[in-house]
Amino acid sequence: MAMVKLTIDGEEVEVAAGSTVLQACEQVGREIPRFCYHERLSIAGNCRMCLVELERAPKPIASCAYPVADGMVVRTDSEMVRQARRGVMEFLLINHPLDCPICDQGGECDLQDQSFAYGMDHSRYAEEKRAVKDKYLGPLVKTVMTRCIQCTRCVRFATEIAGVPELGATARGENLEITTYVEKALTSELSGNLIDICPVGALTSKPYAFVSRPWELSKIDSVDVLDALGTPIRIDARGSDVLRVLPRSDDTLNEEWLSDKSRFAIDGLKRRRLDRPWVRRNGKLEPASWSEAFSAIAQRVPGARIGAVAGDLCDAESILALKDLLGNLDSDRVECRQKGESLDLSRREFYLFNSGVAGIDEADALLLIGCHPRHEAPVLNARIRRRWVESGLPVGTIGVVPSDLTYPATELGQSAAALLGLHGSGSVFGQVLRAAQRPMIVVGQGALLRDDGAAILASAWALADKVGALKPDWNGFNVLHTAASRVGALDLGFVSSGGIHSMLDDGVDFLWLLGADELDFAGIGRRTFVVYQGHHGDRGAARGDVILPGAAYTEKAGTYVNTEGRVQQGFGAVVPPGEAREDWRILRAFSEFVGRRLPYDDIDSLRRRLFEVNPVFARQGLSRFGITDRRGPEGDGRAIHDSALTPAIHDYYRTDAISRASATMAECSRIYAQPMPAAAE
Amino acid sequence: MLSDSDRIFTNLYGQHDWRLPGARRRGDWDGTAAILARGRESIIEEVKASGLRGRGGAGFPTGMKWSFMPKVSDGRPAYLVVNADESEPGTCKDRDILRHDPHKLIEGCLIASFAMGAHACYVYIRGEFFNEARQLQQAIDEAYEAGLIGGNACGSGWDFDLYVHRGAGAYICGEETALLESLEGKKGMPRLKPPFPAAVGLYGCPTTVNNVESIAVVPAIMRRGASWFSALGRPKNTGTKLFCISGHVNKPCNVEEELGIPLRELIDRYAGGVRGGWENLLAVIPGGSSVPLIPKDICDNVLMDFDSLRDVKSGLGTAAVIVMDRSTDIVRAIARLAQFYKHESCGQCTPCREGTGWMKRMMDRMVEGRADIAEINLLDQVTRQIEGHTICALGDAAAWPIQGLIRHFRPVMEARIEAYNARRVPKPLAATPEALPAAAE
Repeated sequence: MAMVKLTIDGEEVEVAAGSTVLQACEQVGREIPRFCYHERLSIAGNCRMCLVELERAPKPIASCAYPVADGMVVRTDSEMVRQARRGVMEFLLINHPLDCPICDQGGECDLQDQSFAYGMDHSRYAEEKRAVKDKYLGPLVKTVMTRCIQCTRCVRFATEIAGVPELGATARGENLEITTYVEKALTSELSGNLIDICPVGALTSKPYAFVSRPWELSKIDSVDVLDALGTPIRIDARGSDVLRVLPRSDDTLNEEWLSDKSRFAIDGLKRRRLDRPWVRRNGKLEPASWSEAFSAIAQRVPGARIGAVAGDLCDAESILALKDLLGNLDSDRVECRQKGESLDLSRREFYLFNSGVAGIDEADALLLIGCHPRHEAPVLNARIRRRWVESGLPVGTIGVVPSDLTYPATELGQSAAALLGLHGSGSVFGQVLRAAQRPMIVVGQGALLRDDGAAILASAWALADKVGALKPDWNGFNVLHTAASRVGALDLGFVSSGGIHSMLDDGVDFLWLLGADELDFAGIGRRTFVVYQGHHGDRGAARGDVILPGAAYTEKAGTYVNTEGRVQQGFGAVVPPGEAREDWRILRAFSEFVGRRLPYDDIDSLRRRLFEVNPVFARQGLSRFGITDRRGPEGDGRAIHDSALTPAIHDYYRTDAISRASATMAECSRIYAQPMPAAAE
Repeated sequence: MLSDSDRIFTNLYGQHDWRLPGARRRGDWDGTAAILARGRESIIEEVKASGLRGRGGAGFPTGMKWSFMPKVSDGRPAYLVVNADESEPGTCKDRDILRHDPHKLIEGCLIASFAMGAHACYVYIRGEFFNEARQLQQAIDEAYEAGLIGGNACGSGWDFDLYVHRGAGAYICGEETALLESLEGKKGMPRLKPPFPAAVGLYGCPTTVNNVESIAVVPAIMRRGASWFSALGRPKNTGTKLFCISGHVNKPCNVEEELGIPLRELIDRYAGGVRGGWENLLAVIPGGSSVPLIPKDICDNVLMDFDSLRDVKSGLGTAAVIVMDRSTDIVRAIARLAQFYKHESCGQCTPCREGTGWMKRMMDRMVEGRADIAEINLLDQVTRQIEGHTICALGDAAAWPIQGLIRHFRPVMEARIEAYNARRVPKPLAATPEALPAAAE
């Protein structure tokens, strides 16, 4: 890469040609104040806060937009620069309401921070201030538009990243306003990120309004579990309350975005919680103590044909503990594929998103089979969109596309049988895939839920092989999961042959549900004794005969494996409510109660056991690699039947026990997923 | 004084036929093919040698601007865009070219486009110029019909198309990059520079944006030679220029004169002198609303060209001379300009968006005198906080008139503030300590 030498504040620095002066300044540790500039958005250059002095230039330059050139001499802290920035800061503040004491951005506001460096101690502005009408952006983003400094970050985010060009600026001069043109909720699953990128308090979180101040919060790193992407998050908690979830940055995963469900479903953590054990007596659930609950279960253990199902939000530790417990109780009937997804476990490649999320940046053709990433992993969808923006990535879809993907896609057919057509040489999109250097094929849960799921999986693999997606340096075969626990459970072998249906049909009369709320409860025999261990009074608890209150993801340390196979650990931010306990501890306690003690007493020894069962758990992070063994998963492509392929998620905002308990998500669902039909005239 | 034989715009007042036959009688389209046959480089060199400086306000050497265009195309087409969005208050020169001498412009477009390797040229015409746009379009149609432009223009082998695009009435669209945005169908907001239009311009292709007058004088330069043009005017300020004289003169007019003509001569000779005589002059804005005014004592001797006016901290701008006699409320006049710039700021960048409104409101108070003397300094500082810190030159243009006012008429502003404060009846005060019964010690 061509390098350019320049001098910044007397210090010589070498940066890549094509960088901006601001990037060069950052490289030598000079912090340049900015409002409109954001690394992941296009450059606007309109706030004028990043002005620096360039030798031989008659006036200061906007460093965010100015390309570096050889021999440049830049000064970032001269009197000229300070004067210019003070001037800009004064202009920004004259029409800013200065209502910091009642502003939710207070304490984490760029304008507030910068005004400490460049602001005056008093205002010289004696005229009337501007007031701007607030805008409606939906149930998640609150606006106080008088605070807006017109940096247009939100406009650029909506247009460029989210792919919903619904925000814009109307009018001109000091009447310039950011607006949605027509009043409507922003139709994006990434709208919460507007709150993060807004440098002032113009766009803030509606559910979090007036709740807390940033310095009151303890900040704990964790992993999101509401989709299978495993977005790294920071949980902001005060006392026993989780008040906020914010994304952490990982360039290879989420960049710095977080989906709306993951951000806003947290009010569901306070509702419908199971905070004490319950035991069903005479058909009615009654509160019980832990020992009553344990003995109620222990009574049923001898002679029982025990099965266990792990839910979508479980951590790997508790899944392993459950598996070990069942092993101690002489049963191997365990299952994590709640809805009977067809997955071949013989090799890890068969159920992972092998290309990796970062691999999308290299892909040059993409096929989505029964997969709607906008709902199944919105952050991943934004990555696909970015690749399309940058390189015009050709995308093809097989199956029903319920809403705009935010990038153009060739619809190859709603029926699963369209997949077979791609194998032939006559298919145009097949040619596109074949011509691509790094083609990607993504199989969604919508395809795997069908009874011909195995055939689709096998056919997709065969197609990947045929188009050259399986190479020593590239694996373009991908499965996009929707459940955060799924890959971890599969890695632990938490499955039984025949899947959930044969397990339930096979006369299981004792079922242990670990947070399992999505399975077909009608399929459970009437006489089956059901233990529900989980954190929400959802579908599973309703069927339970004994309920053991567990911990939600914010309340326990846990290991999660995302759809790429990336192993990540999160920490508990708060303690579980009432008598609820961390799930592995419950299982460990019960094992002792029935005299089949599990051999671990703390999380570290449990994790050692985890590494022993499958060494992948010891390897945090993700290393991507190609593939040499091109033999595919079992299944006969000819078994695919000609019927419409529907996506796995029908309502993005209500997919699991936490989001179903969330009032915010219910409101979103009402507005976005089930819009009221327009009144007849 | 410019002799009639040296005039370029011989139908400035529209007394002759503006159509093609009339234009031909005045010498337009004469031997255009031969001019093109001289080759691109030679045309650019000739324009460079003529010393022609852009007539749109900034005075950048036109030939040099053309030479920034890529000599060899990288596959992208090149464009010439003619800025006919004449919106600078006081300026009305391009309008007369468009309606009385459109063929000068069309021929200039062909020659300039050829010199820059552009097969297409757009004339972005101010939306309010409805008749002018219609007339220009008629002239273009005539030129197409006569084979002067279009495929194989003038038989030169060069294909050339000319399009007229009407603006929608925003001052900022006269800024070259905002004009390009507007031409592309976007909101007229200036772009960041670099990259300059010569590298990335219209539709991302190399583009040169020139003023109507700059382009319209090119055929004359090519026919009569750079030495003829550069012999007119003063060194580095060569050639003739259209001056628009308006305001408190007896006969407001447009006139073509050599650059460097004394301001007083210009006003006295062509505009019938200042209303009430030269001694009644208060101040002149010599180059359209964007440049600082100059008071009478400077007007007495100043020459009308780029460098002379720059030396007196003003500028030639578009050469729109706005004359104000002693009846003028100078503070109010400048306040009106401040209001104009507040109204026309695009709102993109902070200093201009926020600063123009601030200045306008302070100026409104200055008109009444409802201010503090110290606020004059504050106003001056605000103009300097805007100047040079914005994306485009509108911020500077908004700041300069006020700077000129403060520089030359501070005593007027101070007197007005004092008068206002003197007029103001002091509020009856609350009981003073003396009136209160003394507290017992």
